[in-house]
Amino acid sequence: MSERVLMKGNEALAEAAILAGCRHFFGYPITPQTELAAYMSKRLPKVGGVFLQAESEIAAINMVQGAAAAGVRAMTSSSSPGISLKTEGISYMCGSNLPCVIVNIQRGGPGLGGIQPSQADYCQAVKAPGHGDLHILVSAPATVQEMVDLAGKAFDLADKYRMPAMILADGMLGQMMEPVVLPGEPAGPLPKKEWAASGHNNGRPKNIINSLYLDPYMLEESIKKRYERYKIIEENESLHENYLADDAEIVLVSYGATSRVAKAAINMARGKGIRAGLLRPLTLYPFPKKAVAEAAKTAKAFISVEMSMGQMVDDIRLACDCSVPVEFFGRTGGVIPNVDEILGFIEKTDRRYK
Amino acid sequence: MPSFKRPKALADVPTSYCPGCTHGVIHRLIAETIDELGIEGKTVGIAPVGCSVLAYNFFNCDMIQAPHGRAPAVATGVKRAIPDNVLFTYQGDGDLAAIGTAETVHAAARGENITVIFVNNAIYGMTGGQMAPTSLPEQVTQTSPYGRDIKSAGFPIKVCELLSTLDGVAYAERVAVDSVKNIRNAKKAVKKAFEAQIAEKGFSIVEIISSCPTNWGLTPVDALDWLRDNMLPYYPLGIYKDKTS
Repeated sequence: MSERVLMKGNEALAEAAILAGCRHFFGYPITPQTELAAYMSKRLPKVGGVFLQAESEIAAINMVQGAAAAGVRAMTSSSSPGISLKTEGISYMCGSNLPCVIVNIQRGGPGLGGIQPSQADYCQAVKAPGHGDLHILVSAPATVQEMVDLAGKAFDLADKYRMPAMILADGMLGQMMEPVVLPGEPAGPLPKKEWAASGHNNGRPKNIINSLYLDPYMLEESIKKRYERYKIIEENESLHENYLADDAEIVLVSYGATSRVAKAAINMARGKGIRAGLLRPLTLYPFPKKAVAEAAKTAKAFISVEMSMGQMVDDIRLACDCSVPVEFFGRTGGVIPNVDEILGFIEKTDRRYK
Repeated sequence: MPSFKRPKALADVPTSYCPGCTHGVIHRLIAETIDELGIEGKTVGIAPVGCSVLAYNFFNCDMIQAPHGRAPAVATGVKRAIPDNVLFTYQGDGDLAAIGTAETVHAAARGENITVIFVNNAIYGMTGGQMAPTSLPEQVTQTSPYGRDIKSAGFPIKVCELLSTLDGVAYAERVAVDSVKNIRNAKKAVKKAFEAQIAEKGFSIVEIISSCPTNWGLTPVDALDWLRDNMLPYYPLGIYKDKTS
């Protein structure tokens, strides 16, 4: 299939999940991810799948846990306050080495916050998506096409590394319409899951899906093993886009919907003779550290541009080992930064580090 | 001559339960049922958080350890993924009737085709004997040292009575494991609950009144007397819902 179709971000992501072999969706209503669940409720029964509206976000993630433990591709979607409720289940799934895909169409927080687009769940997603020593894969689409592409990839990587993967988008990407090319169905069969608890059929020893280790040495061992996997992930799975960053003196680091505004500001800055460029992480865990370190060689300053109070700033500082100053420009609470204010900040930063 | 053997579905390992605890008896009833129905190969059990958290070691079928109270939601996910398999959750009173109340009630309301084995011993065992949602009025526990004061702590939850009002529930029975007669009856109830699931009748639950000698501070024999004298009057045994026939 290579036909271009016009789709809403939330719906395109849902269709991409189905095309990736996901037939089990468990969710709870929340704005602004509404269209995703609605699309699943309409489509899944037509393709032999299961859509179930759970009694809570907590129940939904645990249903995902059960389906994942039984060996199928399962998914849930929510928005910021709902993701907080899912963190218990996410931690258990990390501890039990279970794959799944979780979509966070972020809105403003904290608390009930607002319903406008936000990126204020960055730290929750990449630092502490649940209790304990753990990571989940986190990807950040910036277009409806990337909602599609990264959804398929999330299922594949979740299965490959046996861990949850999150698509960290925002209300803007979820609600906007763009033309997309949908992928075909998976070419071969989905990966076999010998570890699944789906009945041993009297043909193999029993499987146990579990995150409990009462012996601290065994728990430590299991965590260390998982961190070896994280090391491989950090080495191999980071994705980013480099937009005019090779010769850039002012390097913006921005992801998701915000990066689109940042790009427009960069184009205007270039028109004014400022060598500005963009490093756009497509994966937030793993963070594209090498690309940031590389850009630091020519950059006079980084600017982290976010819809939060600067949650990504420290990651940029760490990635460049503080060799270059990292400035921050952002709006929060559901306010989308506009091109002029980003351009103004680029110009100010350029003057400061001339 | 019939001999008393370990059921095939029960693992040949020492359990983690205290002397005189009735979890072992209940495990056996489930394992016997699995053997008799010949379903070990397609059964998936869900272990809770609580004393029976390690139940995944004690049964020979595939097992999943669920977050506290979430066993019915996890079982729902498994069952929806592989509907031909047989699913049971094994849950204590804190797990099922406190932190997992929502998951329990809604799995029941959906008529989720799973079997819930609910062990009610009126106390939190694993954490050392705190007041449970099913602790009796005036019952002394670590966190109700002056006795459960209903004015402050409210009333115990009668789970079978509560769930029997829901249309999705196919079978709900309360049994006890304090005597040979009651244990035999409990076995029948467990088997009937599994059979209800296999016949796709909907949600089935067996509430099993059991003892906790350690945290009640009684000998195993006295604990069974306490169960009979105090729990059975408050939690009457019997079938609360039966849509299986």
